[in-house]
Amino acid sequence: MTDIGSFKVKTGLAEMLKGGVIMDVTTPEQAIIAEEAGACAVMALERVPSDIRAEGGVARMADPSIIQSIMAVVSIPVMAKARIGHFVEARILEALGADYIDESEVLTPADDSYHINKHDFKVPFVCGCRNLGEALRRIGEGAAMIRTKGEPGTGNVIEAVRHMRTVMSEIRALTLTPKEELMSAAKNMGAPYDLVLYVAEHGKLPVVNFAAGGIATPADAALMMHLGVDGIFVGSGIFKSGDPKARAKAIVMATTHYKDAKLLAEISKDLGQPMSGIEISTLTESQRMQERGW
Amino acid sequence: MKKRVGVLALQGAFREHRQVLEKLGCDVVEVRKTSDLDGIQGLIIPGGESTTIGKLLRIDEMGDKIKELGAKDMPIFGTCAGMILLSKTIVDSEQYSLNLMDTVVERNAFGRQIASFETDLQVPALGVNPLRAVFIRAPYLKEVAPNVGILAEYNGKIVFVRQGNLLASAFHPELTSDHRVHQYFLKMIDEH
Repeated sequence: MTDIGSFKVKTGLAEMLKGGVIMDVTTPEQAIIAEEAGACAVMALERVPSDIRAEGGVARMADPSIIQSIMAVVSIPVMAKARIGHFVEARILEALGADYIDESEVLTPADDSYHINKHDFKVPFVCGCRNLGEALRRIGEGAAMIRTKGEPGTGNVIEAVRHMRTVMSEIRALTLTPKEELMSAAKNMGAPYDLVLYVAEHGKLPVVNFAAGGIATPADAALMMHLGVDGIFVGSGIFKSGDPKARAKAIVMATTHYKDAKLLAEISKDLGQPMSGIEISTLTESQRMQERGW
Repeated sequence: MKKRVGVLALQGAFREHRQVLEKLGCDVVEVRKTSDLDGIQGLIIPGGESTTIGKLLRIDEMGDKIKELGAKDMPIFGTCAGMILLSKTIVDSEQYSLNLMDTVVERNAFGRQIASFETDLQVPALGVNPLRAVFIRAPYLKEVAPNVGILAEYNGKIVFVRQGNLLASAFHPELTSDHRVHQYFLKMIDEH
């Protein structure tokens, strides 16, 4: 029997992206630079997170013509973002043939209580999380890939580090939790019981987990790989830097060779200005994108 | 003695291959740099993005070393992106190739991700029971030379082949619990 768009092929594409870098791009020219640099996929957007942050207003799904023009020029997978809860934007992206949908807190949420029922789609979804409960709620809704939220558009890795450390320590704690306590653990973290059981038994998430939100340098990418992520999303960090080509290539190499400090020293040289960053404590509550999601 | 098998670990689903090979009793080496190729008896090139893996293979002449080992009859098995990298001709693409198999491969030949599928495949070389095969943005072979043996087709498309010491599948045997494809590859190493 042939099964199109099964959960296995949805999670399977994420498995193939592992050890790779997914780069935010806003034009076909940027998409070509990303592919040339060795990106394993691109995220097609109208504005990168740091511009969304600077310009304010409501951030929505990109114009379909932007996504199509990017799909036309690269052979690697093309992802696109839909607003949290906006299942019609997601349907449009699916109809366009996007390879993955990011139901993303970078865009302004369309629903303040509910996320998209992602099981309902043939196209796979990736969603952000700050902790294990949030990751398992998204997987329960059908996400086939998870990423840390970090704090998008800041060039500051501290929030992605916090989110990854939190997820990993909560996973480790579950593996040591006796079975009779797991139902309460599920209740306390607001996560589906069957997924809590899976994590307790296997010591890992049932889907691939990438780092996102604030990665700006090869060293940032390598740091996140050491913390146990499967791969890297870079949003504003590449095309808001002084030399996007060189930086994109260096971040790809750093993600593969994250354990080789000598090589990291070599590839970190002469990359020009990184994007200018934002200290998280200067952001007000309403400027923090990571609080979006339920 | 345990077989020492390398899995190219530049990008992609190398962990899954590692786990299958370990289950089958192999000593597995994750190959990230050229010196990791020393002393292995066979190599798996996993699924992933073939353009990404191709770029990383150029560093330190690692691709050349793999070509040399393949030409010297070391068994090499490529899945999906690995099949693309092994093929001498890649349709409509200038990307890097290891140039080892006399095959013409088309990338994303079944369509984009929304067309990705799993199916039951008849593979006579692996016995009568069908093989559950997972195809993800998969390639297929448009043409193969007479010296390439076809092990399986899906809807008339060539998806699994062997050319001497080289094995290539368009699908992902590392994503299912049926390990007959890996066992077949390990037998190739035994016979080598």
